[in-house]
Amino acid sequence: MIRSPRILFVASALGIASVAACAPGSSTSPSTSPPASASAVQTDAAKMGAVTLLVWDQEVRGGQAAQMAELIKNFEAKYPNIKIKRVSRSFDDLKTTLRLALSGNEPPDVVEANNGRSDMGEFVKAGQLRPLDAYSKAYGWEARYPESVRQYSSYSPDGKTFGEGNLYGLPQVGETVGIFYNKKKLNASGLQAPTTWSEFQSSLATLKGKGEVPLVLGNLEKWPAIHVFGTVQGRTTPAVTIKSLAFGRSGATWKSPENLKAAAMLVDWVDKGYFNKGVNGQDYDPAWQSFTKGTGVYLIAGTWLQADLEKAMGADVGFMLPPGAAAGDNPVATGGTGLPFAITSKSKHPDAAAAYINFITNKDAMAVLAKTGNLPIADTSAQVVTGTLQKDVFTAFGTIVEKDGLVPYLDYATPTMYDTIGAALQDLLAKKATPEQFLDRLEKDYAAFASAKG
Amino acid sequence: MPVVRPPKRAGIGREAGPPGEPRRIAYLYLLPAFVVYAAFLLYPLLRAVQISFYDWDGLTLGRWIGLDNYREVLTDEGLRSAFGHALVLMVFFAIIPTVVGLLLASVLNRAKVRGLSFFRTVVFLPQVVAMVVVAVAWRRIYAPDGSLNTLLGAVGLDSLTRGWLGDYDFALPAVGFVGSWFETGLVTVLLLAGMGRINGELYEAARLDGAGAVREFFAVTLPSVRGEIAVALTLTVIAALRTFDLVYVTTRGGPGNSTSVPSYEVYHRAFELGRVGSAAAIGVSLTIVIFVISFAITRIADRDAS
Repeated sequence: MIRSPRILFVASALGIASVAACAPGSSTSPSTSPPASASAVQTDAAKMGAVTLLVWDQEVRGGQAAQMAELIKNFEAKYPNIKIKRVSRSFDDLKTTLRLALSGNEPPDVVEANNGRSDMGEFVKAGQLRPLDAYSKAYGWEARYPESVRQYSSYSPDGKTFGEGNLYGLPQVGETVGIFYNKKKLNASGLQAPTTWSEFQSSLATLKGKGEVPLVLGNLEKWPAIHVFGTVQGRTTPAVTIKSLAFGRSGATWKSPENLKAAAMLVDWVDKGYFNKGVNGQDYDPAWQSFTKGTGVYLIAGTWLQADLEKAMGADVGFMLPPGAAAGDNPVATGGTGLPFAITSKSKHPDAAAAYINFITNKDAMAVLAKTGNLPIADTSAQVVTGTLQKDVFTAFGTIVEKDGLVPYLDYATPTMYDTIGAALQDLLAKKATPEQFLDRLEKDYAAFASAKG
Repeated sequence: MPVVRPPKRAGIGREAGPPGEPRRIAYLYLLPAFVVYAAFLLYPLLRAVQISFYDWDGLTLGRWIGLDNYREVLTDEGLRSAFGHALVLMVFFAIIPTVVGLLLASVLNRAKVRGLSFFRTVVFLPQVVAMVVVAVAWRRIYAPDGSLNTLLGAVGLDSLTRGWLGDYDFALPAVGFVGSWFETGLVTVLLLAGMGRINGELYEAARLDGAGAVREFFAVTLPSVRGEIAVALTLTVIAALRTFDLVYVTTRGGPGNSTSVPSYEVYHRAFELGRVGSAAAIGVSLTIVIFVISFAITRIADRDAS
């Protein structure tokens, strides 16, 4: 009497369990096949009939939001038959929700997906993104974007190889890590913006001698040091090796004398007190904010800070690519593209989606991007800019793309590398790990991934 | 309900059991609530248990790997230390607030100060603020140029200043201290309520027997609020073990991995690394740990009470 309802309860609980017994992920249906050739795709957006495109992007901040709004307005004015329904989320929110959205039955048509293996790579592997090569041929994207830019959204169809294979997306903006410097302070110490790496290093010593903080770094978030290390590594290690390491391709190794030299150089900077105190406990944003208020002379950071730094410091701040061994050397700098826009496999309007992506990455779009304070990825040097820092940044980026000197972010290498290198660098900066131990840790992550991939 | 049958003699209508409708019907009343409970709690829980046996990236078809995810929880050094950090946080979230709370509550209770409700509000205030806000505020306090270091500098303790959240030895205690600050109010108010119910005659009797303030505390106050202590411990221990927002906002598990906790690992693996199976296994393990510890606390409190 009392027992039976309990049994009923247990039975119903088990019933629920048996409903759940199908393997996770088994309900996701396979993707549709991509169009075979360039001739099969429709490129005249006006002839596509009434279409509503659902677009997910992360262009939420000032200038980003402005350019997107303007481009969508222009697009809809030019092609009244296509309506854009836009959903914008911050980077972090997009990252966490996109995975679920893509596995649903009616995903967005166009998504802005992070380039890395744990995002775009996984989506490619799961067949959720459409290869864009046919559109690339039809629209001539290869002429628009150089190889060094397209590699950041290229994967092999199984998602295992990053940096080559099919094209899965097109970015709008670019970014590169370089050195911001406080012109006033540099002049006050009797120094010029260095043109070689050894000049840069000796200026650090001079500045330290004068009681300045030579380098500003806020590394509480773990990732900022990746950019500093990448910059140092670009001086010691050949670009080809960095590319192999950062794209997680087999055949390279972290345990090389060049990488050891880079790690040792960073530790040497710590030993000599070139950094501000307590870098691992300092927030990234307050760190560059203190730079604008006159703490520190150099800031190794990305072009994404340009607008903010220019606003706060005006003409007192300059930007340069990390200088090479000799003044005229080809530049090498960590950098990449903004998040690429991709088309989902389940989209019912891939042609319209491609037309949209084409529109927001064409020459006119680049001008709109520059006008709204963004760093367009193509035709950068040709843009008319006003601010002195903006001019520095545009020139630098134009040069690095033209000379094919962009090397990828080191954390692209493996799905876990972001963590591994972030934590390892904090350990290195705090001298909890020697340069050898640091490289061992990276090699372990990299080698495990490269060998599992085969 | 109209009475159809004339009532028989008492005790014959049903052989045994309490008055009212039979059990079977009583369970029927529970059904609507149970359905909601099952749909939103039991089903997700069972599904999580199921996913934890798979190697699943959240996108493609999962692969059955049996207990491998759990084996990793036990053997992976990073994960083991994450559980270790959670235990350290338990000291800061549960033990310290309980001790401080007992002290504060008994002082507030004894002193019968004017404006007691004001003090109670002040002590309780941290609980009202969202944890994320608390974490952002403390992150500023702990910054290398933050108020804590300014304060230390002002009193001549420059040698102690550091980037607290970036220091390998101090990051975890620093995060834990925020927890102590946060939970003390809750514990104090709980205990104050308990102490308010103690019969004044007990204190009078103790005093007549020559007990001082300390003796009074151990002989009368402490035993009387045992129930409240158990409740406070259960709540704060659970809060300690499932800490996520605090770590996510202040350190993201750094420096190195010295402040990572299981809940953060769950988020990190599921959403950032795409290892949903492993994340589910950690979540299930954490649930078991929380269940065992809170069960132990209630058991101990019950046994002592009887």
